Amino acid sequence: MRVTIDTERCIAAGQCVLSAPDVFDQSEDDGMVVLLNPSPPDELVADVKQAAALCPALAIMVEG
Amino acid sequence: MFERVVIVGASAAGLTTAEQLRRRGYDGTLTLIGDEPHRPYDRPPLSKQVLAGTWEPEKVLLRNEAALAELDAELLLGHAAVELDAAGRKVVLADGRAVGYDALVIATGVSPRRLPGADLAGVHVLRTLDDALALRAALLDRPKVVVVGAGFLGAEAAAVARGMGLDVTVVDPLQAPLQRQLGERIGALVARMHRDHGVGMLLGTGVSRFVEAAGRVVGLELADGSTIDADLVLVAVGAAPATGWLTGSGLSLDNGVDCDSFCHAGSDIYAAGDVASWQNPHFGVRMRLEHRMNATEQGIAVAGNLLGDNQAFAPVPYFWTDQFDTKIQAYGIFPTGSDIQIVSGDPGERRFVAAYGWNGTVTGVLGWNSPREVRTLRQLVADRVAWSTLSIPSAVSALAAC
Repeated sequence: MRVTIDTERCIAAGQCVLSAPDVFDQSEDDGMVVLLNPSPPDELVADVKQAAALCPALAIMVEG
Repeated sequence: MFERVVIVGASAAGLTTAEQLRRRGYDGTLTLIGDEPHRPYDRPPLSKQVLAGTWEPEKVLLRNEAALAELDAELLLGHAAVELDAAGRKVVLADGRAVGYDALVIATGVSPRRLPGADLAGVHVLRTLDDALALRAALLDRPKVVVVGAGFLGAEAAAVARGMGLDVTVVDPLQAPLQRQLGERIGALVARMHRDHGVGMLLGTGVSRFVEAAGRVVGLELADGSTIDADLVLVAVGAAPATGWLTGSGLSLDNGVDCDSFCHAGSDIYAAGDVASWQNPHFGVRMRLEHRMNATEQGIAVAGNLLGDNQAFAPVPYFWTDQFDTKIQAYGIFPTGSDIQIVSGDPGERRFVAAYGWNGTVTGVLGWNSPREVRTLRQLVADRVAWSTLSIPSAVSALAAC
């Protein structure tokens, strides 16, 4: 699985961190998404897909 | 198992329901009906980036052609549903066509409320992409702008118009913007933010009539007898559930489509998004939310229940608003009359989190330029922490850290 983020779309909702805290974080200053791991392991795939589905700004893209 | 699922409403909630059904392995027929001609698109950017002109309109599309094709659904766009025959299990469209179903999902959203006498050139509403583009085009003529209604939409649009350097005035009968949604105290901070940026705030007085000249709005007469000039008026006085087509269907329509806690409205009919009211067991109250996040979460929940999950929909709601350089984010519910307490940061520094207490429990947290903190403190709402616990600051940080 390959994860990419669109920081221009990100609205700092933090839903991704709630869904997959090992893959996403938020920056200290403005809360924008920080991608911790662009190639998450299999056991996190469901959580990352959940994060992508829930992101209210459509800022997370998942391939594979 | 159902074999023919029809979803009426092709915006965020309807599209999410369709996608989640496929993701979960539903392989029956799927029909997605939308009254607008556009491919499904996202609404929050309409009053922000689209209005400001920082995004091309195409950027609001929720999915590209390929993703829609992958959905393997019949897309009936530009077709309004006009009647539901629940006994015959069919939806009638404006062109007379009847679409039969085994299971129906209602996701028709809301329509903007209008004001009497507002049918004039220069008066706008903002709900659809076309509304946003028309308003954007009109703002480029540099009109004197009056926004009627200081809810989320009105406040956001006022901020964008002011950001374009326009003369902007907001009128609302309540004493503070967002008062209905967030209470007087936070509303007062929002009012100050707008005034600091040069927006005129005429609060505590409603509009009594539109003043026109040759069919065009030229001003407003207010309830206190005063008048203000306007070249352009945005009416942002809330929205009503789009349930007109369901009249006579037998469904209960007290507050949108009334559902149980499973988002089930009766006879294999479910509802999701802005149009649906349901009993949220997390808070023990019936609610209907016009929030972007809820459209997604409820669509996912409805798809699951169509596939037999039998799970109550019990989210901690999330919503946000961007105005000028301020980001307000909130988790939970914020009933009128809630207690409120600052639990992080300092309002004077325009960076804080406020907790809301209702019936002895923390029901909401609101972050003002504090994305990380409010996301962490969401736990107070998820855990239904006792309001009395908040009087011990160390306990708050300990709870939030859990």
